[in-house]
Amino acid sequence: MSKKLTIALSGNPNSGKTTVFNNLTGTHQHVGNYPGVTVEKKEGILKYMDYDINIVDLPGTYSLTAYSIDEIVARNFVIEEKPDVIIDIIDSTNLERNLYLATQFMELKIPLVLAFNMSDEAKKQELILNRDKFSELLGVPIVFTVATKNQGMDDLLDEAVKLFEGNTEIKRTNVDYGKEIEEELKKIEDIIVKDKNLIQKYSPHWLAVKLLENDNEVIKKMDESTYSSEILSQIKKSSHHLQGIFNDTPDAIIADRRYGFISGACSEALQRTCEVHSTISDKIDKVLVNRILGLPIFLVVMWLIFKFTFKLSEPLMGWIELGQEWLGNLFGGLLPEGSAIQSLIVDGIIGGVGSVLIFVPIIFLLFLVMAFLEDSGYMARTVFIMDKLMHKIGLHGRSFIPMILGFGCNLPAIMATRTIEDKKDRFVTILVNPFMSCGARLPVYTLFIGAFFSQKAAGNVLFSLYLLGIAVAIIMAKIFRKFLFRGQLAPFVMELPSYRLPTIKGLLIHMWERGGVYLKKAGTVIFIGCVLVWFLSNFPWNPQYSKDYNTLIEQTQDNEEMVMQLENEKAFEKMEKSYAGMIGKAISPVFKPLGFDDWKLSVGLLGGFIAKEIVVGTLGTLHFVGEADEESEGLRQSLQNQTRPDGSKFFNPLVAYALMVFVLLYIPCVASIAVIKRETNSWRWPIFAAFYTTAIAWLVAFFIYQGGKLLGFGI
Amino acid sequence: MPPDKEVTLAAIRGGRELRARLTDMGLNEGVKLKVLHFHRKGPCIVLVGNTRLVLGYGMAQKIFVKEE
Repeated sequence: MSKKLTIALSGNPNSGKTTVFNNLTGTHQHVGNYPGVTVEKKEGILKYMDYDINIVDLPGTYSLTAYSIDEIVARNFVIEEKPDVIIDIIDSTNLERNLYLATQFMELKIPLVLAFNMSDEAKKQELILNRDKFSELLGVPIVFTVATKNQGMDDLLDEAVKLFEGNTEIKRTNVDYGKEIEEELKKIEDIIVKDKNLIQKYSPHWLAVKLLENDNEVIKKMDESTYSSEILSQIKKSSHHLQGIFNDTPDAIIADRRYGFISGACSEALQRTCEVHSTISDKIDKVLVNRILGLPIFLVVMWLIFKFTFKLSEPLMGWIELGQEWLGNLFGGLLPEGSAIQSLIVDGIIGGVGSVLIFVPIIFLLFLVMAFLEDSGYMARTVFIMDKLMHKIGLHGRSFIPMILGFGCNLPAIMATRTIEDKKDRFVTILVNPFMSCGARLPVYTLFIGAFFSQKAAGNVLFSLYLLGIAVAIIMAKIFRKFLFRGQLAPFVMELPSYRLPTIKGLLIHMWERGGVYLKKAGTVIFIGCVLVWFLSNFPWNPQYSKDYNTLIEQTQDNEEMVMQLENEKAFEKMEKSYAGMIGKAISPVFKPLGFDDWKLSVGLLGGFIAKEIVVGTLGTLHFVGEADEESEGLRQSLQNQTRPDGSKFFNPLVAYALMVFVLLYIPCVASIAVIKRETNSWRWPIFAAFYTTAIAWLVAFFIYQGGKLLGFGI
Repeated sequence: MPPDKEVTLAAIRGGRELRARLTDMGLNEGVKLKVLHFHRKGPCIVLVGNTRLVLGYGMAQKIFVKEE
């Protein structure tokens, strides 16, 4: 029987950790979530010698403090799950900072192997690393690797197995914090060891260091201990004592000592033969993040991205629609005409799957472009370029890309917020994102602008809607910052990677990782939502019709026009008498103050919850024009001629505008709701988003309609 | 901060968390750094060791450096 071994991979962001993980596990990967948080947990398995090795990819972190969720997750995994070996991936060209994380693993007293990765880069920069010396000084086995060329992976596994089997001669060392601190640590440790439960799980030395560092999570853990008051009072005494000596907080001194330890090791085992030169990246940056040129270049890049994704996804979406139609016809022919089962399969299930698939081209393409921006290193620059501007609305530079993506589709936009570290910033960005007018809302605008505005005004009206969306998003972001997610913007520091030409494989993996999440998680919810709306608008299946349509249609067989009209009338009546029709009638008074209290519109808006463009199709059915799209003249005329019971025209430009504003702002589509659920990991925020956006939509439409009326528009 | 010149980080004026985060990323007191890009009152890019770091809006005001 083969033996089991668990290895955790850790390391700084940009250290090549992901590449090592991919090298080791290949396609045997599994992506999940750590319990209770949205941090991704990647696992993979491989066979090596007579071991079944389970590799866990910990989140990339710079440290193991309790300041960020990633760090807490990584730390808890190491402490709670006790992996057999930890491999810490070190960027050899950046030893000082990368070893800082390693010192913290050393404190945890767990079996540790260091992979000095990018050792070829280090050679190029004429850094001479003495491996044995480093190994001795740090007290851990070290392996040179070049992950991008798949070099050193077997050595890494060899060392891990050797360490696991206890066949290593390297003696562990400790960071020396200096006499004063070590004395205080000893005092704290002496109390900790009294609690047998505590030391079963944690190393007393590590606890003492963390407590002295004033680590909130660890201090909280002390509550469970029977010695908690004794421990905490000793901490207080020690902190006070050390502050008196060093005139600084203990955590700062401890950090300083760690860096001291590292630079001590580096001065003995590392030779720098030349100074860091200005690199090609720096030269490119002279242009791309230039104070004057940076922003315009970025805007052009964004514009190109939209051109690219829309141009390419349009035909793909057309094919999906064709496929859906073909399948629909196929099953429609196979199943009894006019039966509920036919409708369920054709309109409900195939239609539902179609609504999931229709987003696939645009989402995958946008993710592909995003992956390119990210892997090439440009994404990090855009954060820098946009930071100042975004700061004015209470967000970070990081929130800008998700906001812009929202103009294409809110789904990838909301998923792109993952790069925002701070939870508050991230949630605010998610919650205001649906106000960015996505592509699916365009057909609705096109229909109504075409019907009620002159050719000349059309462009301005459309533009004003987009601007309104942005304005509402900015205002809401400010309000959320003030009331819901209070507190200062988290200060942000971010590493700027060098420019790199992305590999096709890397791009495809990234695209697939994110797109797959959409398909798996959001797909199910969208599908269920579609079937639900199908049910609401088709049942009761055989309502009490006012005329006997079937007989009438048979009688007028030869008059094609007549048959068509009868069929449209039947579809109209069926929908009017369906549950959706009933709900539409029940809710339409709500829209009276907004000027569009028509049950047909209410049904259309209800359908818009599945996807905003459905509003158009539903109105087509309800206006006797059968299948309609946004360019349909018949539907436009029907809307223009629609009257109220008193004979006055139902629509005028003001009512149409209020309606478009409502469509822009009201409830995000079911897919967005599903993605918000997925990204916030709770039902609370999607439900909140559904209600608050609808409330805002109502209020804004109300002010526009009533205000417009007062000013004398649209009478 | 003078651009394109090596300076030494003298002090960070900010809360414990800010200091800890900067330290974790290699910006500990006494480290040598170089300002590569600096938008007035906005964010900046600094070179520390072999790493380029973006410091977000308002951070530059909290970091004090001295020239050698």
